Amino acid sequence: MGRTLAEKVWADHVVRQGDGEPDLLYIDLHLVHEVTSPQAFDGLRAAGRGVRRPDLTLATEDHNVPTVDVDRPIADPVSRTQVETLRRNCGEFGVRLHPLGDADQGIVHVVGPQLGLTQPGTTVVCGDSHTSTHGAFGALAFGIGTSEVEHVLATQTLPQPRPKTMAVTVDGKLPAGVSAKDLTLSLIAQVGTGGGQGHVVEYRGEAIRALSMEARMTICNMSIEWGAKAGLIAPDETTFGYLRGRPHAPTGADWDAAVAYWQSLVTDDDAAFDREVVLDAAAVTPFVTWGTNPGQGVPLAGVVPSPDDFDDEGDRTAAERALAYMDLTPGTRMREIEVDTVFVGSCTNGRIEDLRAAAKVVSGRHVADNLRMLVVPGSTRVRLQAEAEGLDTVFKAAGAEWRGAGCSMCLGMNPDTLAPGERAASTSNRNFEGRQGKGGRTHLVSAQVAAATAVAGQLAAPADLPDSSNPREG
Amino acid sequence: MDAFTQHSGVAAALRRSNVDTDQIIPAAYLKRVTRTGFADGLFAAWRSDPGFVLNRPEAAGASILVAGQDFGTGSSREHAVWALQDYGFRVVLASRFGDIFRSNAGKAGLLAAEVDAKVVAAIWDLLEREPRMTVTVDLAERTLLAGVDADRVQDSFDIDDYTRWRLLHGLDDIDITLSHAAEVEAFEASRPVWKPMTMPARTAG
Ligand code: SF4
Repeated sequence: MGRTLAEKVWADHVVRQGDGEPDLLYIDLHLVHEVTSPQAFDGLRAAGRGVRRPDLTLATEDHNVPTVDVDRPIADPVSRTQVETLRRNCGEFGVRLHPLGDADQGIVHVVGPQLGLTQPGTTVVCGDSHTSTHGAFGALAFGIGTSEVEHVLATQTLPQPRPKTMAVTVDGKLPAGVSAKDLTLSLIAQVGTGGGQGHVVEYRGEAIRALSMEARMTICNMSIEWGAKAGLIAPDETTFGYLRGRPHAPTGADWDAAVAYWQSLVTDDDAAFDREVVLDAAAVTPFVTWGTNPGQGVPLAGVVPSPDDFDDEGDRTAAERALAYMDLTPGTRMREIEVDTVFVGSCTNGRIEDLRAAAKVVSGRHVADNLRMLVVPGSTRVRLQAEAEGLDTVFKAAGAEWRGAGCSMCLGMNPDTLAPGERAASTSNRNFEGRQGKGGRTHLVSAQVAAATAVAGQLAAPADLPDSSNPREG
Repeated sequence: MDAFTQHSGVAAALRRSNVDTDQIIPAAYLKRVTRTGFADGLFAAWRSDPGFVLNRPEAAGASILVAGQDFGTGSSREHAVWALQDYGFRVVLASRFGDIFRSNAGKAGLLAAEVDAKVVAAIWDLLEREPRMTVTVDLAERTLLAGVDADRVQDSFDIDDYTRWRLLHGLDDIDITLSHAAEVEAFEASRPVWKPMTMPARTAG
């Protein structure tokens, strides 16, 4: 019987198999950042161990770093200590680091692909759950905890129980003005936040094939939000085109050898998945969340649901809690919800394509009164490219704040946070209670919806905005 | 890591489902560079509520947390496990865990035992009637026992065999892998030359 893409990549990385043991997998690329690594390096030191393959390891500063005054010492002493600890550890163990101020600094999941380090058929891990992002290249990529970070640093391998496989097939074409973010939010609303538990998911079908690499990264990024271990997409010409010429992409004869291998990374026709989900792309519309987990979402054209709409008692209680936290009344039209803050950024939607989409919407317009819009590029390269294209000028002219690169308000670990009770439309991936700041309320949206919301002052799609000299479509 | 065979302790009922790791410990508490000192951050947003289970006298000294479905979803932060341990928890019972949380727990020596949703509900009910009731969890036998006499809840729990074996013997994963060094070297020797390397560093322009 044939094998799935995930099974092929898995098999190509098995170092050892033993009865009753998890497979020992070789790790091709280990990404490191300041928050989940200090205790792992301490562990190495305590045991007198080194980093086995510094040449397969890359570190950057992202979670905790400020997005303003990046050329000055970090103001918060605790944050500064954490960042300085990473610098010391990377120096001591010989790990390549892109620190604040460096052109290749940025969110781990933006930096790996943009350097061409994330390649089809590789295994990629990082002490961060959104490592699933790299699956967009046909890599087997998943998040790990700090003990596992230490394990990979010491051995370049990881014992892993074999996951189940799942296919999400998206037939048809996404309507104009509907993005990958809308698709992934509606998928999660349908399957639930636990729907992917224990599975590696392959996204396939016509609508997936039509997506750019950046949109594919958005989809794979959010695999973890419905519990999947990883999400991946078979590499194709779009993938190869993105990689060609990147700093760490193979060249010459190596490129040809690599592409020949990459082309074999498809699910065989006679392979079987443990589970399959089929979606119709044509039915997807702009989608936003109303609650406190990414599965609590509805179409932008919809209304805030009532707890009574849910059959399952657990879902009903969760909805009640979420509505209380979000301060929303059932039946309210989503388009009537006013927001205080709009955040465009994160490893979900902080790439150049997202910034272009948002800039197109705000161009020639202005953000609503009393609303702040934060635009935080996913990496310093993204920031530089956006500036070269003049996007920063567009955002600033519209009254948005143009920031340095990092995770920023995605998790509110740096000073970019929501105040208690503040409501945000955010292009990030988690609307958990307090995620963007204690007491803050988050609606997850696409870059297009975020930008339109910034202009309208309430949740909106680009098509809702009054005419301007600009095209209305996002 | 210390070996884990059996544990008896006071149980606390966390009657919520979908408790993600941002709730277990918010990001603001992740700035420490040590493995300890995270107890203050545990359920930080909820701790200011006097009615929250951990603030109630009957949960004083609790070492077993009985939580709703999908405990520990979301972020990979192992700090969530460390915070539970720092606070005094040795065991978490739930009908389903986030994958990374469950794996982190196994590495750090916190027992994440998967039980039927009915068992969780039964223990919650018991705790209402008999606050400060002791629960005994036996990893060797994969069983749990809560309450006494007719009222008691007795059942088995799920944990994967390998994690159970490691916990029972207090084994360190890295040591186990290093004992297979020859196989790792053989694998490395067979890797294609065009596989990506981070060094020497190359950057655009
Ligand atoms: S942007 Fe958000 S989700 Fe992505 S790595 Fe940073 S904190 Fe995690």
